[in-house]
Amino acid sequence: MATQVHMHGRIGEPIKRKEDGRFIRGKGNYLDDIELPGMLHMAILRSPYAHARIKSVDTAAASAMPGVIAVVTGELMAQHKLAWMPTLSYDTQAVLATDKVRFQGQEVAAVVAETLYQAEDARDAIVVDYDGLPVVTSPQQAKEAGAALIRDDKEGQKDNHIYHWEAGNQETTQAAFARADKVIRLQTFYPRCHPAPLETCGCIADVNGATGKATIYMTSQAPHAIRTVFALVTGLPEQNIRVISPDIGGGFGNKVPVYPGYVVATAASLLIGRPVKWVEDRTENLISTGYARDFHMTGDLALDKDGKMLALRVHLDSDNGAFFADAQPTKFKAGLFHIVTGSYDIPTAHVTADGYYTNKAPGGVAYRCSFRVTEASYLIERLVTNAAIELGIDQAEFRKQNFIKAEQFPYESATGWVYDSGDYHKAMDVALEQLDYDAMRKDVEARRKKGEVTGIGIASFTEVVGAGHGADFDILGLRMFDSAELRVHPTGKALLRMGTKSQGQGHETTFAQIVTEELGIPAADVAVEEGDTDTAPYGLGTYASRSTPVAGAATAMVARKLRDKGRKIAAHLLEAAEEDLEWENGRFFVKGSPDRAKTIQEIAFAAYTNVPEGMEAGLEGVHYYDPPNMTFPFGTYAVVVDVDKGTGQVKVRRVVAVDDCGVRINPMIVEGQIHGGLAEGYGIAFMELITFDAEGNCIGSNFTDYLLPTAVETPRFELGQTVTPSPHHPLGAKGVGESPTVGSPAAYVNAVIDALSPYGVTNIDMPVTSDKVWAALRAAGVTE
Amino acid sequence: MKVEMKVNGTARTGDVEPRVLLVDFLRSNLRLTGTHIGCDTSSCGACTVLLDGEPVKSCTMLAVQADGRSITTVEGLATAAGLSPMQDGFHQEHGLQCGFCTPGMMLVGTALLEHNPDPTDDEIRWAISGNICRCTGYMNIVKAIQHAARARQTAAAAPRETAAAAAGGE
Repeated sequence: MATQVHMHGRIGEPIKRKEDGRFIRGKGNYLDDIELPGMLHMAILRSPYAHARIKSVDTAAASAMPGVIAVVTGELMAQHKLAWMPTLSYDTQAVLATDKVRFQGQEVAAVVAETLYQAEDARDAIVVDYDGLPVVTSPQQAKEAGAALIRDDKEGQKDNHIYHWEAGNQETTQAAFARADKVIRLQTFYPRCHPAPLETCGCIADVNGATGKATIYMTSQAPHAIRTVFALVTGLPEQNIRVISPDIGGGFGNKVPVYPGYVVATAASLLIGRPVKWVEDRTENLISTGYARDFHMTGDLALDKDGKMLALRVHLDSDNGAFFADAQPTKFKAGLFHIVTGSYDIPTAHVTADGYYTNKAPGGVAYRCSFRVTEASYLIERLVTNAAIELGIDQAEFRKQNFIKAEQFPYESATGWVYDSGDYHKAMDVALEQLDYDAMRKDVEARRKKGEVTGIGIASFTEVVGAGHGADFDILGLRMFDSAELRVHPTGKALLRMGTKSQGQGHETTFAQIVTEELGIPAADVAVEEGDTDTAPYGLGTYASRSTPVAGAATAMVARKLRDKGRKIAAHLLEAAEEDLEWENGRFFVKGSPDRAKTIQEIAFAAYTNVPEGMEAGLEGVHYYDPPNMTFPFGTYAVVVDVDKGTGQVKVRRVVAVDDCGVRINPMIVEGQIHGGLAEGYGIAFMELITFDAEGNCIGSNFTDYLLPTAVETPRFELGQTVTPSPHHPLGAKGVGESPTVGSPAAYVNAVIDALSPYGVTNIDMPVTSDKVWAALRAAGVTE
Repeated sequence: MKVEMKVNGTARTGDVEPRVLLVDFLRSNLRLTGTHIGCDTSSCGACTVLLDGEPVKSCTMLAVQADGRSITTVEGLATAAGLSPMQDGFHQEHGLQCGFCTPGMMLVGTALLEHNPDPTDDEIRWAISGNICRCTGYMNIVKAIQHAARARQTAAAAPRETAAAAAGGE
């Protein structure tokens, strides 16, 4: 039988997204869109103080208000041993405060009522008597002698210090510094910011009193991990917990942790016997859930007289808030910060980190990055530009002199990473050409002669994404593999279920395309499901750009398993030997007789109707993929800015972004991810700030204070690419969603620093707002 | 209080407290959940609907203020003939990722093209500047609205042909 192969959506094809249809019709199914019969609503009362002892909580008036079903306090939670919960960093966190409040916005009590309006009315009627305590809002204050002890609940905790962590080699680094001709130092603060997905966090807990089954709908990037954590926290048997992540309106790391509201809503549903919905408002989201960064960093770069990098020494103090609840692999207390040697062949490095409790919100997450890679990339790229400026060497040239060379891969870094692949010179060359760097540089000089303030910033980042492998990377002991289950139905259509969870990344399309590539089933015929722990295979979820490196690999591997079975079935159908069959684009054919062929659809039908004797029926399988190494996407970004001397306003004139994320599965989706990350990077560099006054009041608690870029401020982006496939990923892919947020803040700020370098300015902490630039220019004597 | 308004062309009524926000009335009472809540301070535009054809933020308006008015939500964009040019533009140009801002963006874009059928890049950016997107960096949203503008112009030139094409769209 002559065979027509229908193909659509192989790797490299920019097919339109399969998931769009429901969203453009307003038929997405986000958490807050779900309404269950008999559902109640919960509102949380939060502390107005950053540090205060709770003297009393009076719920009498609230309990008597219309529609109120229950008022939940810390005391009530304590009776059920749920007043505290473990964090993802082996600390504890208060679910509802019993002794004292430790940050503004901390959960104190909750009201469950028939409607949300009633719940909020009653919440406002709860009376709490507080006794104020001294407030700590920075690591510097936290380590002062006599600083208020924030975690007096912890036995043996005598100060506010959380952890000390080191990587690299102190001795060889010291020796290298001793013989250096030049040492460049940069002290910089990467301030606290917030992922601020447009949809806030929330859950609906539905505990069935008759069966004991707890179904929890949750805005979670990692539903399986949450299920296990819930089993550990609540003592419910894990088979009776079902976590469902519906459509998610953006995550960027904010939806990885377990929040107290989830635990309270679940406890309330258990006690009341009705479903309970809790959805944060925007202020709750900004003041209490997973923040990012808050790293105070000092970097020293040792150089010889020719500008060769000899050694890197870095210290950082991290501000972890009131509970150490960072979402990161167990082994690494400062995340993957020790990738800080970046793209450079630095023979030795030493990194030290200390974490501190402060009276600020807990839950350090990687805002669109792989566990603190952004902070590391920012520091090294700023340091390198500063060094080039001080040495009087062109920043691009200085980078090229010190890059790890293409032939050095796989490359073991001074802090122990084994970079799988890279070609940094090539990415730089493509970026410089795309920018027309030499001409732009001349233009900058010409403009400066006319008195203009203008500059070019470069950042050549190296990412480290796709955690695990499981032996080195785990969260609470759960190894960071991921999974895919593929079922091919008799008609040749397929269902792919994953342990990951898209928050807008387009998984339903990208993962379908991997099946198309491996099995030849058109992407339109592959349904991708994620987010239901009762149906999907176990996985650690979507963050740290790990979906394509890990779950994408699992998808390729399970498809290959089915293809192997398909070969046996095809051999049976064609009455040929397996080894005489050749595979191409969705069909097996007999070598030398391309017309003697069976399509994957015919094979699928036979898998249920006509299998060889002794073979199990069906065409389905599951694969758990534990990657042999991380992947290391990289790129060079170049930014041109103009600064208004009169106002300090920075205008971004051009952004060229050359990314190498290995093989691109859907180039349209990849470019969309890069656009989004460059915009968030712009926001971080110039606008977004969560800060605190002396009393610990959070400034940046709503979108009129926490400024996000609109279409007007956001620059236009010019993208470019190089392709260096990952040698260990089955498809050569590396992951991309976070590269632009990791790489771009340094490029934006370096452009400003380059523009201000004639005035001797070497650092402005982010966000680089007009007032800071204006002040820097005035300090340098600019008066116009 | 009794309210009565036309929503996506259909007369709808409700009995609400005076303080009920329009967005809550649409989402809870009418179960039109395509209108989203993103910020509570009129900053993000996820709750944007058209009030007598003009974009408003339904989190900052009471349901009773919409009494007697005509509302269009995202659910009212498609017609029996298929997706509107704006919806198709967002799909074709990859103008959405998580989809949460998309209804507001499409409604603002739709209103913009009513006044300005051929907007420039800058005009589009200013028009959507009350709507925040965290995913796309706006590049493809601008293209999506331009795509819709072109489709509308083509439709105006040859109405029959395009209606047929729209009906056969994805």
